[in-house]
Amino acid sequence: MSTTAELLKGAAELFPDEVVTSAHVRHFELPAGAGRFALITLDNGFDHTKPTTFGPQSLANLNLAIDQVEKEAAEGAIVGVGITGKPFIFAVGADLKGVELLKRHEDALAIGKGGHDVFKRLSALAVPTFAYYNGAAMGGGVEVGLHCTYRTVSKALPAFSLPEVFLGLVPGWGGCAILPNLIGADKAVSVIIENSLNQNRQLKGKQVFELGIADAIFEGADFLEQSLIWTASVLNGTVTVERPEIDRGEGWDQAVAKGRFIADSKVHGAAPAAYRALDIIEASKDGDLQKGFDAEDQALADLIMGGELRSGIYAFNLVQKRAKRPAGAPDKSLARPVTKVGVVGAGLMASQLALLFLRRLEVPVVLTDIDQERVDKGVGYVHAEIEKLLGKGRINQDKANRLKGLVSGVLDKAEGFADADFIIEAVFEEMSVKQKVFAEVEAVAPAHAILATNTSSLSVSEMASKLQHPERVVGFHFFNPVAILPLLEIVRGEKTDDASLATAFGVAKKLKKTAVLTKDAPAFVVNRILTRFMGEIQNVIDEGTPVETAEKAIEPLGLPMSPLVLLELVGPAIGLHVSETLNKAFPDRFTVSPNLAAVVKAGKRGFYVYDSGKPELDPEVAALLKQGDVVLTEEQVRDRVLDAVAQEIGLMLEEGVVAEAQDIDLCLITGAGWPFHLGGITPYLDREGVSERVNGKRFLPQGVASVPA
Amino acid sequence: MPRTVRDVVFVDGVRTPFGKAGPKGIYHETRADDLVVKAIRELLRRNPGLDPAKIDEVAIAATTQIGDQGLTLGRTAGILAGLPQSVPGYSIDRMCAGALTAVTSVAGSIAFGAYDAVIAGGVEHMGRHPMGEGVDPNPRFVSEKLVDESALFMGMTAENLHDRYPSITKQRADEYAVRSQEKAAKAYADGKIQQDLVPVSVRRTNAEAGETGWGLVTADEPMRPGTTLESLAGLKTPFRVHGNVTAGNAAGLNDGATASIIASEDFARENDLPVKMRLVSYAFAGVEPEVMGYGPIPATEKALAKAGLSIEDINLFEINEAFAVQVLAFLEHYGIADDDARVNQYGGAIAYGHPLASSGVRLMTQLARQFEEQPEVRYGLTTMCVGFGMGATVIWENPNHKDAGGSK
Repeated sequence: MSTTAELLKGAAELFPDEVVTSAHVRHFELPAGAGRFALITLDNGFDHTKPTTFGPQSLANLNLAIDQVEKEAAEGAIVGVGITGKPFIFAVGADLKGVELLKRHEDALAIGKGGHDVFKRLSALAVPTFAYYNGAAMGGGVEVGLHCTYRTVSKALPAFSLPEVFLGLVPGWGGCAILPNLIGADKAVSVIIENSLNQNRQLKGKQVFELGIADAIFEGADFLEQSLIWTASVLNGTVTVERPEIDRGEGWDQAVAKGRFIADSKVHGAAPAAYRALDIIEASKDGDLQKGFDAEDQALADLIMGGELRSGIYAFNLVQKRAKRPAGAPDKSLARPVTKVGVVGAGLMASQLALLFLRRLEVPVVLTDIDQERVDKGVGYVHAEIEKLLGKGRINQDKANRLKGLVSGVLDKAEGFADADFIIEAVFEEMSVKQKVFAEVEAVAPAHAILATNTSSLSVSEMASKLQHPERVVGFHFFNPVAILPLLEIVRGEKTDDASLATAFGVAKKLKKTAVLTKDAPAFVVNRILTRFMGEIQNVIDEGTPVETAEKAIEPLGLPMSPLVLLELVGPAIGLHVSETLNKAFPDRFTVSPNLAAVVKAGKRGFYVYDSGKPELDPEVAALLKQGDVVLTEEQVRDRVLDAVAQEIGLMLEEGVVAEAQDIDLCLITGAGWPFHLGGITPYLDREGVSERVNGKRFLPQGVASVPA
Repeated sequence: MPRTVRDVVFVDGVRTPFGKAGPKGIYHETRADDLVVKAIRELLRRNPGLDPAKIDEVAIAATTQIGDQGLTLGRTAGILAGLPQSVPGYSIDRMCAGALTAVTSVAGSIAFGAYDAVIAGGVEHMGRHPMGEGVDPNPRFVSEKLVDESALFMGMTAENLHDRYPSITKQRADEYAVRSQEKAAKAYADGKIQQDLVPVSVRRTNAEAGETGWGLVTADEPMRPGTTLESLAGLKTPFRVHGNVTAGNAAGLNDGATASIIASEDFARENDLPVKMRLVSYAFAGVEPEVMGYGPIPATEKALAKAGLSIEDINLFEINEAFAVQVLAFLEHYGIADDDARVNQYGGAIAYGHPLASSGVRLMTQLARQFEEQPEVRYGLTTMCVGFGMGATVIWENPNHKDAGGSK
């Protein structure tokens, strides 16, 4: 038994539940008399809905297959070796479940080294090797192909990426070292860093070829046949593969610098993965692959034992799995069909909602408002957006005609809502107004119709309290921009019944939103946490800490934007309004900042001006600020803010606002864009000891979003 | 509106290698429609002069038009092959003569002026769709004795043909079968066949059938080179006790697909497409279903009469070898020797296999190659027997012959 086999055997014992991938070896004659060929097929025995992955036993299987073809190649029994995947899938990389189980640095090192030891044998065979990227290829799947002499790619390939940095790893089975040496550091940085940090952007087959990762591209209909015919031509010498020279000089350094700039702008130094990957790319400039592989092993092991990766995998599972099965949602069989939607209000928010319902549900959508001009404006907005979609080629003319035909506006609610199944209001954020609107709607809408409110801060139960049928009222809280942020907080009022709630979740799914069930608690989830977070920043500023210090204190978290830039995006007036609402509910914890009130009163839209290109405190705002004389350090600010957040989340969980801490994190990731490396926020609060300090306990047990005990 | 009948030509033909039907066959895990798609794509690659947008029709035959052979295969295969959506397609069924009928149907339309260029072919995956799958014969066939009960069982009809031609013994049939295997082996050795095969990637997940994973098929699976009279002598006669028909002197149960480009001669010339054969005439004929193997004889009579030719004018024959006795009956009828060099020069279905509705275009592709090699031959024919008592014959002219007609 080779040492590689021993290494993998040890690793496999740590991961008994691995979905094992087989490496089938099949022999045949190539066309054009090119000779006998061995083709390895990676296949986990399931259909394409369960993509092929690499765990330790899978690597051991590939190792055995390579034992066989290595011997045949040495004996001259074969002229080449290929590797491909089952239908529609090449291989999607390491099995993350196995990574989560690892507890010791040396075990993590073994996984990295095990992959390298197996994959690099492909480049050391006595015959040329060929990877045929027939379908989805990610991470280790991409990397196994990088170790081959040649690659082809299917034009039909839908997704190809090195997503490691996105999760908190580095492409550590050869990706960091080989890719820049194959296609140049600049393109490699795009694939490894830029795409990964851009919501894990995927490449299509054509781009894989254009980037030079694949040497040839063939259509999906007969991809493998054409790849094998091409292989025969390469082996016969009738086709010569030429790859462009790569820039090993300044271009390489500039690429790495560009990568660092991208990483800084996305994670602000808060997550190590991108920087570790860039270090390896930088060091691979001399083409010494083995040195790069060793560095990959070390980086992988360090990152696997670090909190950022564990948080990343946790966050990935939240958005991939928990988001699809919302905690606490009633049985979906209770849901009623929604064949027509009413929207009360025709302002910007209402019009955006109308557009979203229209596009996703493709049922009639009726807008109403208090005068014809507003109604026409709302319908006009929807029409204009449909035209934009048409212009961009996102929909065709037939679809545009259909959608435009489905949207209408009327003044008379009775006319518009008499046969609507789901009516959502997006009128002025004022309880009496909303209650009046719902009373009018109830008078004309069918008995089964759901009445949904897009309120961000008012009580859903109170809004329903004066209705004859309060059981059909649900909160349906979207996040701006509605088309981009996936989160939808679905609020259960005191009297909301299961059928109405099930219908709301059914609609949310069709809207392709990440629905999270929340109690009817003030400001629900995201706004409550963000307001507490912002409030504490505002407090320290009001007390005397300079704005700059307060802002810098938060940078190490790597949030998508600084607190005051976020405030600007939300709008200071709305921020103030929510803080007033929460102050009423929880006066001991939520303050209303007089400085913020002054800024709003002065009609300012934010704290900053951007005249120099960078945000600078607006002198007019500076003049408005009345600060105390307590000046905190960045660390003190950070502790206060994080303590406040941890306290608030702890209280929310005690109140039962959501089912579990996981839902809080899912909300922050999908509704506020909080990063994967924080796992939302609770994994970060746990690993930094904030949870323990404030609440006396962790939010998540050890081993969830962290290295198991 | 005055019309001129236009000359119709066979531009090119290809096929997949043929496989053995059944769980161990090479195509057991390959869809029938995918086999057609590979053949169509190979045709397009080989004939870059043919703008896919100018294809007027895709006519694809299959006997059992369900599952992956259903859903109007001509249309779906066209889309799957990447033809423009503007290219229509349809399906055809005349059992064993499906692909042949696809060719003659579109040829009629080309001659009439409805089409310029067409893809015609056929497929049968007898592993996924065994003969008789889903059939529901009307009970009147039996109660009113419209046909003999043996009519639905092709092997029995072949035994019946031995009764009609008592001089055709099992010995003669076996000798014929051995020659077919020998000629096919020689054609392979000479590279006559491979040039018109499209390689097909095949997946296998059943380890009992051989190495698993993806493989590549580049040759016909059913061939049995080295077949001897002795080896055939001992085979069972499953269709009749002490009968004559065995697995050795008949075609097997097979999987495979064929495709051809049929065009007006003018279109082919204008687009620099090859003209491999020129259509002279075609005919179909019905016979008693219980001796369906007799069908090629009246069909050929009709086709010769329409062409104004006699059997002496035909110097190359591609006869589908559903059964050796059916070929021998044809030869006996016309007084042609069993081992006449003009007949099935590359061997036939006994060696290559007979995926029912695909076979007609295989005959044409092979005849076209023989025309290239033998410009001294002016006329050839392709003929086959068809289930339920039919025969089908197409007579072709060799454009390479010095006296050949048509536009040049």
